Amino acid sequence: MKMDNTMPLEYQTEQSRLNIFGFWVFLGAEIMLFGTLFASFFTLEGRTGSGPTGAEIFEITPVLVETFLLLTSSFTIGLGVHAMRIANKKAMIAFFSITLILGLGFLGFEIFEFIHYVHEGAGLQASAFTSILLTTLGTHGAHVTFGLFWGLFIILQVKKRGLTPETANKSFIFSLYWHFLDVVWIFIFSFIYLKGMM
Amino acid sequence: MDFFDRFAIPHPSPVIYASMVAIGLTVIAIVAGLTYFKKWGYLWREWITTVDHKRIGIMYLLSALLMLFRGGVDALMMRAQTAVPENTLLDAQHYNEIFTTHGVVMIIFMAMAFIIALMNFVVPLQIGARDVAFPRLNNLSFWLYFMGAMLFNLSFVIGGSPSAGWTSYFPLAGNEFSESVGTNYYMLAIQISGIGTLMTGINFIATILKMRAPGMKLMKMPMFTWSALITNLIIVFAFPVLTVALAMGTMDRLFGSNFFTTTDGGMDMLWANLFWVWGHPEVYILILPAFGIYSEIIPTFARRNLYGYKSMVASMVLISLLSFFVWVHHFFTMGQGALVNSIFSISTMAIAVPTGIKIFNWLFTLWKGKIKFTVPMLYSLGFLPIFTIGGVTGVMLGMSAADYQYHNTMFLVAHFHLVIIPGVVFAMIAGLTYWWPKMFGFMLNERIGKWTFWFIAGGTCLAFFPMFISGLDGQARRMYTYSEATGFGIWNMLSFIGALGLAAGFVLLVYNIYYSTRYASRDIGDDPWDARSLEWATHNPVPEYNFAITPQVNSSEAFWDSKKNGHTLFKGDYKEIHMPNNSGVPFIMSIIFFVLGFALVFSMWIVAIVSLIGIFACLAHRSFEKDHGHHISVEEIEKTEAEMRGAK
Ligand code: HEM
Ligand SMILES: [Cu+2]
Repeated sequence: MKMDNTMPLEYQTEQSRLNIFGFWVFLGAEIMLFGTLFASFFTLEGRTGSGPTGAEIFEITPVLVETFLLLTSSFTIGLGVHAMRIANKKAMIAFFSITLILGLGFLGFEIFEFIHYVHEGAGLQASAFTSILLTTLGTHGAHVTFGLFWGLFIILQVKKRGLTPETANKSFIFSLYWHFLDVVWIFIFSFIYLKGMM
Repeated sequence: MDFFDRFAIPHPSPVIYASMVAIGLTVIAIVAGLTYFKKWGYLWREWITTVDHKRIGIMYLLSALLMLFRGGVDALMMRAQTAVPENTLLDAQHYNEIFTTHGVVMIIFMAMAFIIALMNFVVPLQIGARDVAFPRLNNLSFWLYFMGAMLFNLSFVIGGSPSAGWTSYFPLAGNEFSESVGTNYYMLAIQISGIGTLMTGINFIATILKMRAPGMKLMKMPMFTWSALITNLIIVFAFPVLTVALAMGTMDRLFGSNFFTTTDGGMDMLWANLFWVWGHPEVYILILPAFGIYSEIIPTFARRNLYGYKSMVASMVLISLLSFFVWVHHFFTMGQGALVNSIFSISTMAIAVPTGIKIFNWLFTLWKGKIKFTVPMLYSLGFLPIFTIGGVTGVMLGMSAADYQYHNTMFLVAHFHLVIIPGVVFAMIAGLTYWWPKMFGFMLNERIGKWTFWFIAGGTCLAFFPMFISGLDGQARRMYTYSEATGFGIWNMLSFIGALGLAAGFVLLVYNIYYSTRYASRDIGDDPWDARSLEWATHNPVPEYNFAITPQVNSSEAFWDSKKNGHTLFKGDYKEIHMPNNSGVPFIMSIIFFVLGFALVFSMWIVAIVSLIGIFACLAHRSFEKDHGHHISVEEIEKTEAEMRGAK
């Protein structure tokens, strides 16, 4: 295999570079996916039928906690990648683990939030607004859940196989994914919650 | 018994029972045949698990042909039903079902598969690559597409086909008006194969942008590769919209959400918008690769280089951008104001400009060329006038005020068939004939091929031109019958005869494949058409590793330069070649996807959850797997190359 030692570990093989590039293209598709969800959300936002409106069900505290958890996790995974670049395996695993724990916390709050909505009569079936609300949040939440497993697998591999071009490549791609989920959340926070509570 | 009742067909008919028997017998025959000839291992090792883009291409091709016949039978039944007034061959419900499955099968499972087949086979060769960027993902793409197609076709014998049109507009497609599970099949089958298509898009963008042979700058790529690049960009940006729309439709039908309903705030027009935000780019996903194919064939047989390379690229880029801003023209009559309609009218008509540029470029390429009337060239020449008629009537439809007259009449049906058939179908047959020697090492018979062309071209004109007239006279599309007094009878009869001609053409195509497989000469050299681009610089059929030495390119017609101007393509010695390993996991995963889809169609939650877990298990397996591929040694390459040369 051709190696290029002038680049960071995760970019060294030809296939690694392809993987990273391909993942960026995939993120392009993800942007379209969430973009469609947002467009649908704005279309259906006011169509609450006999169900509750956003202002009636949104609660600021859990949302702020979720935001805090996810933003911090994006920071810690950045530290993780930095640790990887300076070949500090222990620190990297630690930062990745913290990231996942924060992600888990986020997910816990989100589940709690969903239960709260259902109690308030804002289930999936209540109205077009609740349908799109829960679907948009749920799609993001499902991505986070998926990421938790994926991240866990990567930590296990780094632990067992060490920092190789391959594990580094996987970790880096995972970090891109995680940052992306954070960006989506910022949009959710601003355009769904904040706008909805105003 | 209740449990099994739901699998029954709601509107059974002798045709359906006969198909059940036929499907059963075919499956038994295939299984028995494979077992008897001990071909299971071969099939598994060489095809099902393959990561070779050429073989994946061929599998797409076979599936596309299969779907062409499935969709074709639907078409013949429709034309037969409407051939005479007040016909009772089919009732309204059956008619609804077959026009729905016809549209879906032809667009999603035939045309898409066909273009992806040719992209798979040709693009890596044209850019001098060993394979695509993610060979295993490519295998998964194929199997997801294939399982989606099978799931969709299963609806015919288990549970009933969808019947809300290929556009599946809500509220018609909602539970209230489409009670049977048919529309569930629609939502889930297209979803599964759509995921496959999206991954193809990502794969080819990475391949084309990152794996070109040294020297092949973007503006030196062959035109088919350019068209593939732009097509895949459209795929990546358009398919997620469909993914979301289908997911919402599925939730409305299975979980009672209110996206497209008429109560609790639901908005049926949201479906129409989302569908066409994907749907219009989709028609350009189909047509651009066809443009690419013609841009390869016309220079080859006019024996001149392509006129206006840069404007060809620019017009495709422009088309791809515009294609995202015209979707409203599919429902001018459905309640926007005059302003919105006017804007979309103008953007729609604007697309005719870059399309026109391309047409003129082809004409200028032909101008003063020494034209050889081979089969691929005949299709290209037939394409130009017929497609232009289809396109011009598109511009007519694009005038929103006038569209109130044409919309949802047979005029519209004539328009889109006269762009899609010369666009996609002609191009695919032309491309198939052109690249056939690359795939299989022999040529398709020219004489049968010409007969095929005349049947298909003549059949197309006869089948669809009369619809312009009956449409302007007021015949609505999707009506299963009409009265004698309307006077539509004669036009529909002509259409029916044209459809029979088309069908005869397709049968001839298959006969040609059979005939040529048996009798055609295998001694055709590596460059039977005296062609221009890089794929012809390797052997026929292509060895596993494509090129023994990576070619060095200096122009968009590198191979032509090497033949005429003495440019050396292959410098240096053989080196060990690294190749990816085959894998059975994508196939298994796709089967689980199939089961998941089926379970969701019938709301069998436990099965669905178990299969979902199965899918994640496959993903986890992939994550932990160590797979470094294998190497082909220099001795092996030398041996293969010597054999290939010796065979000539
Ligand atoms: C100059 C280019 C074109 C223009 C201006 C154009 C315009 C239009 C318009 C305005 C409609 C909607 C008419 C109505 O519903 O009343 C339409 C329908 C359609 N067009 Fe085109 N078109 C063009 C090219 C194409 C091409 C290249 C394809 C496919 C390869 C295509 C495929 C279709 C299909 C499938 C439909 C109808 C779908 C349905 O309602 O079932 N068109 N076109
Ligand atoms: Cu359109």
